[in-house]
Amino acid sequence: MTHLQAFKSTAVALTVMLALSACGEKKEEAAESSNTTTTAPATNTTATTEAAPAAAPATNTTETAAAAPAAAPAGGALNIYNWGNYTNPKLIEKFEKEFNVKVTVTDYDSNDVALAKIKAGGHGFDIVVPSGNYVDIFVKEGLLEESKPNTMPNFKNMDPQWVDVAFDKGRNYTVPWQWGTTGLTVNRKAYQGDINTWAILFDTPAELKGKTNVVPEMNDVIAAALMYKGFNPVCNENKEELKQVRDLLLASKPNWISMDYGNVEKYAKEDLMAGLNWNGASYRARQQNDKIEYGYPKEGITVWMDNVAVVKGAANAETAKKFQNFIMDPANAALISDFAQYANGITGSGAFIENKDFASAPEINMPAGQKTFILESCKPEVAEMNTAIWTELTK
Amino acid sequence: MAEAAPVKPTTPKKWGRGFDVRKQTGFTTIAMICFLMLYAPILTLVAYSFNAGTSVAIWEGFSWRWYESAWANVQVQDASIRSLTIAAFAAVVSTVVATMAALATTRTKPFPGLTFIYAFINQPLMVPEIVTGVALLIFFAAIKVATGYTGLGYLLIAHTAFCIPFAYLPIRARLENMDLSLERAAADLYATPFKTFRHVTLPLLWPGILAGGMLAFVISLDDVVITELVKSGGQDTLPTYMLGQLRRIVTPEMNAISSVFLAISIVMVTIFFLLNRKKT
Amino acid sequence: MAEGKAAHPAASHRPASTFAAQAAAAADRRETRGRWLLSAPALLILLFAAIGPLVIVVIYSFLKKGGYGGVEWEFSTDAWFSVVFTKDIFSDAVTLADAHMSILWRSVKLSFFTTVMALVFGFPTAYFIATRNEKSRDLWLFLITIPFWTNLLIRTFAVMEVIRNEGIVNSILQGLGLIDAPIQILFTDFAVMMGLLYVYLPLMVLPLYASMERIDFRLVEAGYDLYATRWHVLRRVIFPLVKPGVIAGSILVFIPSLGAYVTPRVLGGGRNLMLGNLIEMQFGQGRNWPLGAALSITLMAIVMIALLFYVKNASNTEARHG
Repeated sequence: MTHLQAFKSTAVALTVMLALSACGEKKEEAAESSNTTTTAPATNTTATTEAAPAAAPATNTTETAAAAPAAAPAGGALNIYNWGNYTNPKLIEKFEKEFNVKVTVTDYDSNDVALAKIKAGGHGFDIVVPSGNYVDIFVKEGLLEESKPNTMPNFKNMDPQWVDVAFDKGRNYTVPWQWGTTGLTVNRKAYQGDINTWAILFDTPAELKGKTNVVPEMNDVIAAALMYKGFNPVCNENKEELKQVRDLLLASKPNWISMDYGNVEKYAKEDLMAGLNWNGASYRARQQNDKIEYGYPKEGITVWMDNVAVVKGAANAETAKKFQNFIMDPANAALISDFAQYANGITGSGAFIENKDFASAPEINMPAGQKTFILESCKPEVAEMNTAIWTELTK
Repeated sequence: MAEAAPVKPTTPKKWGRGFDVRKQTGFTTIAMICFLMLYAPILTLVAYSFNAGTSVAIWEGFSWRWYESAWANVQVQDASIRSLTIAAFAAVVSTVVATMAALATTRTKPFPGLTFIYAFINQPLMVPEIVTGVALLIFFAAIKVATGYTGLGYLLIAHTAFCIPFAYLPIRARLENMDLSLERAAADLYATPFKTFRHVTLPLLWPGILAGGMLAFVISLDDVVITELVKSGGQDTLPTYMLGQLRRIVTPEMNAISSVFLAISIVMVTIFFLLNRKKT
Repeated sequence: MAEGKAAHPAASHRPASTFAAQAAAAADRRETRGRWLLSAPALLILLFAAIGPLVIVVIYSFLKKGGYGGVEWEFSTDAWFSVVFTKDIFSDAVTLADAHMSILWRSVKLSFFTTVMALVFGFPTAYFIATRNEKSRDLWLFLITIPFWTNLLIRTFAVMEVIRNEGIVNSILQGLGLIDAPIQILFTDFAVMMGLLYVYLPLMVLPLYASMERIDFRLVEAGYDLYATRWHVLRRVIFPLVKPGVIAGSILVFIPSLGAYVTPRVLGGGRNLMLGNLIEMQFGQGRNWPLGAALSITLMAIVMIALLFYVKNASNTEARHG
């Protein structure tokens, strides 16, 4: 009876799987029970850090790997909830060693998911990293602890231009993680004209028609259209202007081939020749295809920043505050940038960044005199109009 | 096929020796195209896992670096083990309960609630994942706050639940086709219902159970959205880990992890067959 | 298979008695209870972790939307209104929600074609597997599921690799001299369909296989004895025998396709959304949870109606044939 044999062998296979998973669970329990554990906190993660960012040179990794501590974390635990593929394991390792805590990093992939989860409660996170235009929503909804980073010892290192930001005036809640711009990626092989204009998207040159991409971020796209028209892109409530923008977007859409995330491969492989893109993504694409350039539209460019905040009622609030102070240290902020290739908003961190090309990269260094806007969270009525435009656009 | 046409007019029992009643014209070809279609992307994926460059699309020479980086990546290891744990648990439990439910809802005259049970079991299929995800987020968050328990249990039960219809449908399809005469014969020979089930029904039903279980396993292994919304701190599974990468940069590390999973599955299949062979 | 349909396991060997009516009624009750008990574990798990929480979705669809996502606890039918109608944000004119309708139509269309394609490819494949000898059958079956061991996202990326302008398909076609310039496959509806087919094909093959594996080829032989052609045998003998598998497979492919999220995004380029994306948007950037909830219920209702119709129809034809 083959069926019975099949049954037995599957049973064996499943037993193996269950055994494997049981081991996994034990390991996890050990890792989570912070007081009793004798397991070493995450070590040997050094290889990853050189793997993820395209440009990080493979140096200086051996010493870190050798110095793996076997100490039990007496200082408790820290639960970080951050964007995926955004947290340098070296940074975590350093923090764990310095404060003798066990850090757990959990990923999310959109501000809205993070907001929904934190709002729902029961999540157990101590730290969350919302973008600037979500910080004040978190604050308004009472989800953040007023941790007063402006009184922390390392606050002096924060670049003054990032202290009085609209979403957190004087920095009572948040500390910069990374910031960047949402501009234009253009492949020079396809188009040699002026790339420092939103006309690339809204009055697409013939060479780029059907080869242009737009990231599916409602706020960024509508802001770009508003800037192109010369209107205020920050929570514009003017119906007449928004109407013009809707018509502009609808008229431009046939020239776009896709509305997808700025996937580095598609630019490098020349599936896409131009598009609305983030500077870090554009930088990575250039590293794989040197014909790619990043355009800073003269009509204005949006600047975004992700910020580290302490969740209200966090079990490890004190450790979380230590983490906020920790990342304002230039050497530590440099680790953040080395991993994800965005600027960090901490003065003096440049000297510690391993990737020497970073400091001179045109994608990272905005030209002097560039007109910039920082997006904020808009009133529900404005958000509603934007959503209506967006639905119309993607139907 | 060629032999069918000329043979047809002759007397039935004089088909050519090559005549196979199972054969259907072109089916083998389509099946082969199908397998080719399934594996062409997989092969590219595996190939790029050995890429020396950082791209999943531009070949820069052979290297093991992504395997090394995945191997050294504690987050990836934890996520992989967690994914397998959840999938194994969800597959086993959902297949067991789905088999029971399938036995209860087939081969019967309509009884009160039959349609209801059927609709109820298949209902998770009809809801987009995001909706179940949001509902579970709110519901489980309330339980988490009330009980203080934030363990893996939520993910286990959520996965088990959405795997049930995937396990149920193949088993039910199998049962509906099953010939009852053997079971009746067993009952006539005074076999207890349990014995009948164990020695007659179960072996007959086994391919359906196997198909259902495998489906449940892979469906659980694949889930992103529900997991993303239900997970608590430190409970990333492989798909949610990968989702985080999608928005920023996808490196061949993902391919390497996927290739390792493929290798595990192939090893398991091989063990399965070696065991099978030995017994015959 | 005819008697399989009609037979009732309990009734078949119960002796007739004088108080037959009463006894039968009691037995029926017992039987019903037994069947409910047997289904209970599955139902309880589903109630707790899948269906029960959906009550929340129903409630949410009748609430006012919160300013920054979530809901406000105030009764409102706005969400249901906006499923079908749309108030122009600029002129306040109320019209049919044309955006929702075209997204719905695209989703149904693409899912339908995906299901048909999956059947066209899946049926012969399942048949091929089912007609191998017993030893190699399971091997082929596993071969179908192995690609599933890689994550959906990764698989979708792999498909992109194959159909992109510099991908394998275009290179081969160009190499053969069939085309001069690469054909644009990526970012089209066709690409979405290919992607969905790729992702969901195993969901068609497995149930089909489960019902084919037990085909009694004596019936097929009988068909040939009656001078049937292969096509006739396939249509009149094999297809009716595996109908439950066809139904199960079609459901498993059609419904997830309808709510697909990743594939239209990655392969379709996200210019044109499908229902899954539209709903996701309401819970995300759109910050209109009630509308998202109402759209989900609409989707469920459509699927439910289609399903009931399909199952009823299918069992009717089966009864006629049997």
